[in-house]
Amino acid sequence: MKITMEVNGAAQTVEVSPWRRLLDVLREDLRLTGTKEGCGEGECGACTVMLDGEAVNSCLVAAGQCDGRKVTTVEGLADGEMLHAVQKALVACGGAQCGICTPGIAVCAAHLVDRGLVRGIGAAGDDTSARAQVRELLAGNICRCTGYQLIVDAVIAAAREVAGTRGGDR
Amino acid sequence: MDPQVVPPVGASVPRVDGVAKVTGRARYLDDLDVPGAWHGVTVRSKVAFGVLDAIDLDADFDWSQVVVVTADDIPGTNTILAIEEDQPALVRVGGRVMHVDEPIALVAAPTRALAFEAARHVHPRVRALPPVLTIDDALAKKQLLYKDDNVYKELWIRKGHTTDAEVDAAFARAHQVIEGTYATSPQEQMYIEPQAMLAEWRDGRCHIVGSMQCPYYVHKAMKPLLGLAPQDVVITQSVTGGGFGGKEEYPSMIAAHVALLAAKARRAVKIVYDRDEDIAATTKRHPCRTHHRLAVDERGEILAIDVDVVMDGGAYLTLSPVVLSRGVLHAAGPYRAPIVRVRGRVVATNHPPHGAFRGFGAPQTTFAYERQMQKLARARGEDPLAVRRRLALRSGDTTATGQVLGFSVGTDEVLAAIERVAGPAPAREGVGPTGSPVRRGRSVCFYFHGAGFTGSGEQRLAGRATVALAADGTFEVRSSSTDIGQGAITMFTQIAAASLGVDPSLVSVVDPSTALVPDSGPTVASRTCMVVGGLVDQGARAVRAQLEAWASEHGLAGRPLAEIARARAARTELGELAHTVQYEPPPGIEWDDATYTGAAYPVYGWAACLVDVAVDLDTYEVAIERCVQAVDVGKAINPTIVRGQIEGGTLQALGWAVLENVVYKDGRVANANMTNCIVPTFADAPELETILVEVPYPFGPGGAKGVGEIPMDGPAAAVANAVEDALGAPFDTLPISPEAVGSTRPAWRLA
Repeated sequence: MKITMEVNGAAQTVEVSPWRRLLDVLREDLRLTGTKEGCGEGECGACTVMLDGEAVNSCLVAAGQCDGRKVTTVEGLADGEMLHAVQKALVACGGAQCGICTPGIAVCAAHLVDRGLVRGIGAAGDDTSARAQVRELLAGNICRCTGYQLIVDAVIAAAREVAGTRGGDR
Repeated sequence: MDPQVVPPVGASVPRVDGVAKVTGRARYLDDLDVPGAWHGVTVRSKVAFGVLDAIDLDADFDWSQVVVVTADDIPGTNTILAIEEDQPALVRVGGRVMHVDEPIALVAAPTRALAFEAARHVHPRVRALPPVLTIDDALAKKQLLYKDDNVYKELWIRKGHTTDAEVDAAFARAHQVIEGTYATSPQEQMYIEPQAMLAEWRDGRCHIVGSMQCPYYVHKAMKPLLGLAPQDVVITQSVTGGGFGGKEEYPSMIAAHVALLAAKARRAVKIVYDRDEDIAATTKRHPCRTHHRLAVDERGEILAIDVDVVMDGGAYLTLSPVVLSRGVLHAAGPYRAPIVRVRGRVVATNHPPHGAFRGFGAPQTTFAYERQMQKLARARGEDPLAVRRRLALRSGDTTATGQVLGFSVGTDEVLAAIERVAGPAPAREGVGPTGSPVRRGRSVCFYFHGAGFTGSGEQRLAGRATVALAADGTFEVRSSSTDIGQGAITMFTQIAAASLGVDPSLVSVVDPSTALVPDSGPTVASRTCMVVGGLVDQGARAVRAQLEAWASEHGLAGRPLAEIARARAARTELGELAHTVQYEPPPGIEWDDATYTGAAYPVYGWAACLVDVAVDLDTYEVAIERCVQAVDVGKAINPTIVRGQIEGGTLQALGWAVLENVVYKDGRVANANMTNCIVPTFADAPELETILVEVPYPFGPGGAKGVGEIPMDGPAAAVANAVEDALGAPFDTLPISPEAVGSTRPAWRLA
């Protein structure tokens, strides 16, 4: 079947079986290999992409469900060479080690930060509650290298930066 | 360049590969675009033990589009060469099948779907025999799997005695004997990138690219298997999505498979494991049973330590003898004792071979000795931190192998660091997040980890690394140490830049390929920074000295090194300026493998850990509310990266303590998927507090010593100790799952 999606802002039409996994369409048909496969069963989150503004495991989404919808992958986060705040913070804070889970985490965390879903980030001060929220909101993405600590640091730093540019405590 | 602006060793510069990884540009094996590459699939045994009578191919399947490889297609020796040659690449017809999921045949096809389809039409006919699935059955020789006793390796440490009667006498005169048996579970490395490898034959050479820790291990294994000369096998590491030991020895197996398939298919072939297959078939941490006895006098001084360690090695020998060695060498713990006896055995069973995993035997025995120290503290009514401080090894003390400790012993520093931040213990009783009553407990542990290869291993390896001036006037570091996420590339860049005195942007680390880099030894054993980083440091200093000497002969003395480098590089007629350094052990480091005495390691890392737990009295879940690790790393070359190493290892240890497990049923992994073989998520992980302690190692780069493995060793014992503190009942078996906690309820003594 012919499927047209908006992928990272550009219209893409592919001729695929409706049962094909969105993950495979992205990686094989569109050669967007930033999205990774870690388990193929929706546990690890390495294949996380945004589908119409919602984080999904692309290994569990059939291509047939994606016609006419918007997909954002890790390749769509940066604006040219300008990294997204989350990407910058992941590098600066040491939140990426082997990097295989990083695209999925970056996509999901960028969504949280852009939508202001991490509450209670002030200019400074106690991040306890915000950190707990990040841990809940990212619980679908498994990282085996970092122990998560430096990723949480990065997401908080990015949320603070984005909140700051918006001029207010969220 | 002004040396003032060169970031020193010790600066948290961002990782060199950071931007590629956060943008998705980093290309892992399965991301490589290799036009025309076929997909390989492995046909595996369904039985744990038996004889392969035949391999049947369905006659009605169309085999014209696929290739099938069996043991008959192996041009050289059918063995995955590690320490011994007992493990075949594929079981031959007439040979023994030794474990469930053992590779029997291979299939490759233009598409993955067709390869899987074809594999379903290959039927190994195996005559099943009763398998050996427990340590006790192996020792009882229910079946002979290995030589005449099923023991892959037996090791002894004897300190302060020559006869067993002397050990018995020490226990006979003891005021107190603390004794226990401790069992630890197998653990899956669960790197998030599954095993993946690609092979292609070009110009008569076999080129293998893949996810791996040790390119030269694969190189060594491929030569006899393929019957090729060294230069006709080229092994290159692709960006690797985690290893933790799981990509130390196993990649040789997959490399063999893709190489054989590519030869027969006459095109590139790749194998990317499914997660289920990866969990079921590849190596895990050795399950281990440790019996530990402590004899103490009236003052609480240790008179003798007696330990008996038995590990389940699985169906082939692989690296088990060295895993056992490290386990045995750590089994007495970092404590003073005049008499030490350690017996270690690793036995053959029909489980898939157990193998390398961060800590490499030490986490198993550390769990035992730190449970024992906790029991000693409880028996004496002594503070857990105080008992460790009182008995711990310090500079001038001797280890179980008679090594007199000299430099870089961070005992007091790590214990003081933990004490400084500990604060008051949390309230005993409370209410958990779901409203259930909880009981809280706190404990500590203290532990050490030998850095680098055991005994004379580093001398035997004689690892080499090269620093070279590249044609464009920049510098190259050439080593076979791989970056598997731990930051090797960044760390080498920092060390080379600092030692050369140039900006890090002028240093690049060459991709590890056996065609381009010398053999620096494997990327294992907490040795990459300490040993290979040391070679890079020396190589960079030598290149700098050569350039400065050249500059003074050519009127460039005193100019910035980058400028000298450009001038020298432009003189192509002079040839390459490069310096290769080979490892030399520090003076006075001597080891006797026959008696197991001497310096087991050139230096040790030291660590202490504090854990607070809350046990839910309704659900029996153990929540880790606080975990602090203080680790003596010698010198943190990049503190952020070092923190990341410690925190990652800590969470693997906490996961092993309470929720991770590999469940075997009739020799098969019963939970071979990520849904059931769980690892901690963001929500499971506590906030981790990390304290870097730096007691320099004089022979490491900038004072650095190993850090990769040590954080894995101690926290599981700290958790068990804290749960014991909460409930008043001992926890001597991992994992401390809700089922395990619930089953001890009759023994709880809620103070």
